[in-house]
Amino acid sequence: MVVFEKPKALTDTPFHYCPGCTHGIVHRLVAEAIDELGIEGNTIGVAPVGCAVFAYNYFACDMIEAAHGRAPAVATGLKRADGSKIVFTYQGDGDLASIGTAETVHAAARGENITIIFINNAIYGMTGGQMAPTSLPGQITQTSPYGRDVETVGYPVKIAEMLSTLDGAGYIERVAVNNVKNVRNAKKAIKKAFQNQVEGKGFSLVEVVSTCPTNWGLTPEKALEWLEENMIPYYPLGVYKDKFADKEETK
Amino acid sequence: MSEKVLMKGNEAIAEAAIMAGCRHYFGYPITPQTEIAAYMSKRMPKIGGVFLQAESEIAAVNMVIGAAAAGKRAMTSSSSPGISLKSEGLSYMAGCDLPALIVNVQRGGPGLGGIQPSQSDYYQATRGSGHGDYHLIVLAPDSVQEMADLTFKGFDLAEEYRMPCMMLADGTLGQMMEPVSLDMGDVKKHDKPWALTGTEMKRPHNIVNSLALEPQQLEQWNIERFKRYDVLKKEAMAETYRMEDAEYCIVAFGIAARISKNAVNALREKGIKAGLIRPITLYPFPEEVIREATGRCKAFLSVELSMGQMIDDVKLASDCRRPVHLCSRTGGMIPTPDEVVAAIMKIAEGGNN
Amino acid sequence: MAKVTFNTDLCKGCSLCVSACPKKIIELDGSTINAKGHHPARIVDQEACIACAFCATMCPDCVITVEK
Repeated sequence: MVVFEKPKALTDTPFHYCPGCTHGIVHRLVAEAIDELGIEGNTIGVAPVGCAVFAYNYFACDMIEAAHGRAPAVATGLKRADGSKIVFTYQGDGDLASIGTAETVHAAARGENITIIFINNAIYGMTGGQMAPTSLPGQITQTSPYGRDVETVGYPVKIAEMLSTLDGAGYIERVAVNNVKNVRNAKKAIKKAFQNQVEGKGFSLVEVVSTCPTNWGLTPEKALEWLEENMIPYYPLGVYKDKFADKEETK
Repeated sequence: MSEKVLMKGNEAIAEAAIMAGCRHYFGYPITPQTEIAAYMSKRMPKIGGVFLQAESEIAAVNMVIGAAAAGKRAMTSSSSPGISLKSEGLSYMAGCDLPALIVNVQRGGPGLGGIQPSQSDYYQATRGSGHGDYHLIVLAPDSVQEMADLTFKGFDLAEEYRMPCMMLADGTLGQMMEPVSLDMGDVKKHDKPWALTGTEMKRPHNIVNSLALEPQQLEQWNIERFKRYDVLKKEAMAETYRMEDAEYCIVAFGIAARISKNAVNALREKGIKAGLIRPITLYPFPEEVIREATGRCKAFLSVELSMGQMIDDVKLASDCRRPVHLCSRTGGMIPTPDEVVAAIMKIAEGGNN
Repeated sequence: MAKVTFNTDLCKGCSLCVSACPKKIIELDGSTINAKGHHPARIVDQEACIACAFCATMCPDCVITVEK
């Protein structure tokens, strides 16, 4: 009996990601959720600009590639065009938390019935490791070579915390993919974020604290350790908002 | 012939879009096109359509991209500074071969400029507006009736050629009230096998995308797109007015053409053989009509509400075989028929340039 | 019986499966280089495998199939 294999909602195209890049893990989790909910034929994905730009080649459902940061607006157009479709975006931190902040915040504020998978690895990967809106204080990047100086460039943006203050946001959870336990939790959160949409509940976003071994200058294994020691303390994991659960409890 | 109703230009655009089957409008407030959004916000909920006020022009055009990618007729409207913001999306739309209607009710620029009528987005509209090799279909109405007719036709052209279509109007036309017939005929249906409708596990996945890291691939896409633009040339439209024996040819579009018509009549009364060519499509530019006039006319006069932009296309279409002069006001000012008459008189008297 | 299969061509030699394995029975195969130019992961003691799928859970490239 097969207990683990590649999900069907992924195509046979091999990922172009660097060795040990956790994008691959999260892609797989998204595809597993799509498989388990049986929604591949009814799902439309929106790829970002950034390392995950080629996500449109990897997911077997219909896909569109959005301009940098605009995925939530494109997803809004898709969802409003046909509310019966399951629409998700897959975005990195530069895309979602910097150039696309407005699109992200307002999609959440509208309670747009879409699912957003947000990869936070504290760096711009595709362009070669520049400081991201989520880079940690003191973090050395190509454009913060002396470490992120909060006095001059300010502090990281905590997306899960920020969005959970919006009345329109439905389900916001932050997970990580640094070990088996956390990957399994991430899977549950991602599946729930899709399930919410299937049930017509509203805006769901899962922030996935991830690695970038290449631009962090670490081996894949060391990158997971760095994530645990540095990222998780700054970006605590957990459910930041679950409007839908509250409703059920009060019923 | 159906009965006519009195409508503002902006409202005529909105109603004609609905008649064309558009059920998805995404916009952001900006003067002087607000009536379009206001009209849509009232009408769309009543006919099962979508009106959504986006958080920005950029978001609005990307919502149009989403709805267009889903195979729906979608539109947005704005005015000059807003179109600059939408230009990123227009480039992506062109790169993804998506059809949609974008209305630009122009105002004076650059920068925040003013809120009075202008035609100074001619370059922006006809040269594509965003980055990369591409064009928009550009339509230039000069009456409320034409705003309705061209809106209806614009959706059709956009779908037939799989490219965004821009309605280039101005504040005067947008605010003008005229009787209009909304007898638009049947909506043409275009197959959209590329649309994102879900695979239903029955076909390979569709991908809507403008990215090609292989230069050969990107070059090929651009060449194929421009082949389509070549075919589009047959859609070029222009109205000619008293051109049969014209010695002096005025070229003007939109509100400038209405003023120029009065000038032509005044000039004829003075015994000067003036005529008007009014491009209705600015892209494709009606080159043939200009070329044909080049053989017969002594000079051209481009009348514009800008520092002179369309004049370049008149020079190109006429191969500079005749002098091409400019009569223009800018910044929201509108040339009077007298100014146009004076400009032609000066040319006729031999006062070149 | 527990069985782990590696789609060796897809492996990028990142070692995340190696460190995830509770039985320490996965290693990078230093004697071969796959089409991508990496030393691919392999299982050294199939008998000891408990089909926990930790390796596959951490694999970013869907290299591993686990059967039981």
